Amino acid sequence: MPQAGFVLQWVGKAVAVVLAITILNFFLIRLAPGDPAIVMAGEAGAADQQFLDRVREEFGLNQPLMVQLWTYLKNVLTLDLGVSYRTQRPVTEMIFERLPATLLLTGTAYVMALVVGPLLGALAAMRQRSVFDSLLMVAALVFYATPIFWVGLLLILVFSVQLGWLPPFGMHSMIPVKGAMAQMLDTLKHLVLPSTTLALFYIAVYVRLTRASMLETSSLDYVKTARAKGLPEWRVATAHILRTALIPIITFAGLQAGHLVGGAIVVETVFAWPGIGRLAFDALFQRDYNLLLGVFLVSALMVVFFNMVTDLALRIADPRIAGRN
Amino acid sequence: MHGLQSMGLVGRLMAAVFAIVLLGAGMAAAQPKQGGTLNSTLWPEPPGIVIGIHLNAPTLLPSTKMFEGLLTYDFDLNPQPVLAESWEVSADGLTYTFKLRQNVKWHDGKPFTAQDVVYSLTKFIPEVHPRSAPTFKRAEVTAPDDYTVVLTLKEPYGPMLRSFDAISAPIVPRHVYDVATPIRENPANRAPIGTGPFKFGEWRSGEYIHLLRNENYWLYGRPYLDEIYYRFVPDSASRALALETGQVQLATQNDIELVDVARLKAMPHLEVTTKGWEWGAPISWLEMNLRRAPFSDVRFRKAVMHALNREFIRDSIFFGLASVPTGPIHSSSPFYTDDVPTYDYNPDKARALLDEMGLKPDGNGVRATVGLLGLPYGELWDRLSQYIRQALGEVGIGVTIETADVAGWGNRISNWDVDMSTTYLTTLSDPALGVARSYITSNQRKGVLFTNTSGYSDPEVDRLFAEAASAADEGKRRELYAKVQKIVADEVALAWLVELQWPTIHNAKLKNVVRNGLGPNDNFAEAYFEE
Repeated sequence: MPQAGFVLQWVGKAVAVVLAITILNFFLIRLAPGDPAIVMAGEAGAADQQFLDRVREEFGLNQPLMVQLWTYLKNVLTLDLGVSYRTQRPVTEMIFERLPATLLLTGTAYVMALVVGPLLGALAAMRQRSVFDSLLMVAALVFYATPIFWVGLLLILVFSVQLGWLPPFGMHSMIPVKGAMAQMLDTLKHLVLPSTTLALFYIAVYVRLTRASMLETSSLDYVKTARAKGLPEWRVATAHILRTALIPIITFAGLQAGHLVGGAIVVETVFAWPGIGRLAFDALFQRDYNLLLGVFLVSALMVVFFNMVTDLALRIADPRIAGRN
Repeated sequence: MHGLQSMGLVGRLMAAVFAIVLLGAGMAAAQPKQGGTLNSTLWPEPPGIVIGIHLNAPTLLPSTKMFEGLLTYDFDLNPQPVLAESWEVSADGLTYTFKLRQNVKWHDGKPFTAQDVVYSLTKFIPEVHPRSAPTFKRAEVTAPDDYTVVLTLKEPYGPMLRSFDAISAPIVPRHVYDVATPIRENPANRAPIGTGPFKFGEWRSGEYIHLLRNENYWLYGRPYLDEIYYRFVPDSASRALALETGQVQLATQNDIELVDVARLKAMPHLEVTTKGWEWGAPISWLEMNLRRAPFSDVRFRKAVMHALNREFIRDSIFFGLASVPTGPIHSSSPFYTDDVPTYDYNPDKARALLDEMGLKPDGNGVRATVGLLGLPYGELWDRLSQYIRQALGEVGIGVTIETADVAGWGNRISNWDVDMSTTYLTTLSDPALGVARSYITSNQRKGVLFTNTSGYSDPEVDRLFAEAASAADEGKRRELYAKVQKIVADEVALAWLVELQWPTIHNAKLKNVVRNGLGPNDNFAEAYFEE
């Protein structure tokens, strides 16, 4: 069972990586000047030394750093990510409250990008230098180069303000709808603009990646052989070219999957999407150490997990990779 | 013969009927309508919604609809009844007696009594409310009966009567908070129970806070609105769009970039007001670290005042949504005086003062180089820093702009590790509460933000502030604060830039949004949608 050995080895590595990331994050965020007590004092609009002392004592911020780290790691092992300084709620609860929204948004965009991007890229490669190819390449360049927030605002202007077809922000309607089906449709309607905004960028990347990879592969000798054997062109393209050309796409898709958790801060902001990216963003400015570390930990776990899945997928797509190891 | 006399009886009757119909129609239009959903923006999402435990602006907007104080304050900061229906202050200023309303119920149905007020003022506020704790620690609070509360002070305290609004002294239910669980960990903090016109409905993290009409509110027939949604919309362009498209009907304070306000104001379905911040009275200033040269020389500070064109700051940076202050006390305060030394925009005067100090320009025209740490609250404040750099550069003061995020900014200012910085602070309903803290020597406390961080110190000013705080007579206090304003303005303790006028932008159909000095932090019992 070479795959099982691979997985075991990977889990060992993953634990070490996640531990290292956690420790590194712990120190990194404490390098920034100021602490949660200062931010909370600022928000209170008035504060005295007692207030600062109380906050620091309550959250153990007056303890030596190494003691704080040890306490944190011990708690993480028991799946206790601590309490948010600012809201005084359990971090795990806050993260899991927001995670589904982000996964829905990034997951939808991801699937859209993975389906549409490689498909268009392959078509463009098969019709190299056609009008379709040129138009698609220009469009891909535009969406790749345009800042995501601007695309988002433009889509809102056109589809919400001008045409009034889709809601401009939020995940649910202002006035809650009744019934499970109606609620699902309502969320879907809200999902269209943000997920399209996010997907457009990734579609652009996949289109260019697939096209380039297919063109490169199609000039290889084994493809020439396949053509020389007299195989029909669609068979050459799907069975011979695409499989090899998939390698960089799988690699990129794997990397992108790892960022499903934190990769949508901008879109979440423009569309007021109640996701985890914004939670992390706010936590950073409020020096909400526990919440920030919690989000980082979940994010690190996702990245490590999807890297493993990517490696597995690559070994299946190209058995030579497994051989090399 | 003209007019009524020329009409026959029928004509006169018809005119009378017509007049009654008209009158009726007029009354119908003026009659507030029951019902409707108010959608308001709220940003950022608050850390909590119990006043006192949290005091930042987004906490106050929803929580002032659920919690009430004994009093509120009109635009001139005169006390108005809320939970107290009447009150009396003894002639010596030592005893405050409040008569409470008897028909008030908490949102969970329990009756509201004097015990709740005693608990709030003696336990809840001293423990969790950093801003009001010092005020109420001065008083002994007793309840001679279920509907009377008496505060007894050891010495008179001027700001006392202006400290009973829902923000300074929220009244919380004793039966909910006086339990074994610490106040900050009480489960009711996520689903508050108050006496206000709106009850807590739901808080969806990242989406909204939903408040519902309190059917048992003590003021019959109020509130008019059925529900309020406070929507968290993180992007300011999206917030402006939501107002434009009618998705939300209310935005306030920093919700809308000032650059957008004029455009929104021109829209027929929107109205803008800058009233309602009299209680908070925010002033923005440039703070100089008086512990360091050249700021320790008053001539340098005067030169800075003459070098800054504050009318330009008001018009071009704050888009007219500000006014130029003359000193430490906001012009909306009853204690304000404009009889103080003033500083016109006059770069030549600034140069002359710098010359007099011996700060001569070098080969590049630079007399001194100083740092400026700008308030990290977004573009507007960055532009302000840029302007200060340019304006001081004109008179030969080189300015290096420094940046930090909120935590870094607070850390450096509170530890006095800065040359100059910009900030704004609410000067609150009374100078003893919100003004003195930035000027008195005893409040120079390293490591603590919003204290006297500039290092200004003048024994006469300390004495005047102390005397004014404990004077019982309002006229006497006015006199003392007038003296303070004169001295502090003459010494340029801080370089006051603008009094902020935050816009409240609302749908024209939404009425009674800003009715008193608490502005959008009023309880909205009277707010309604016109047909």
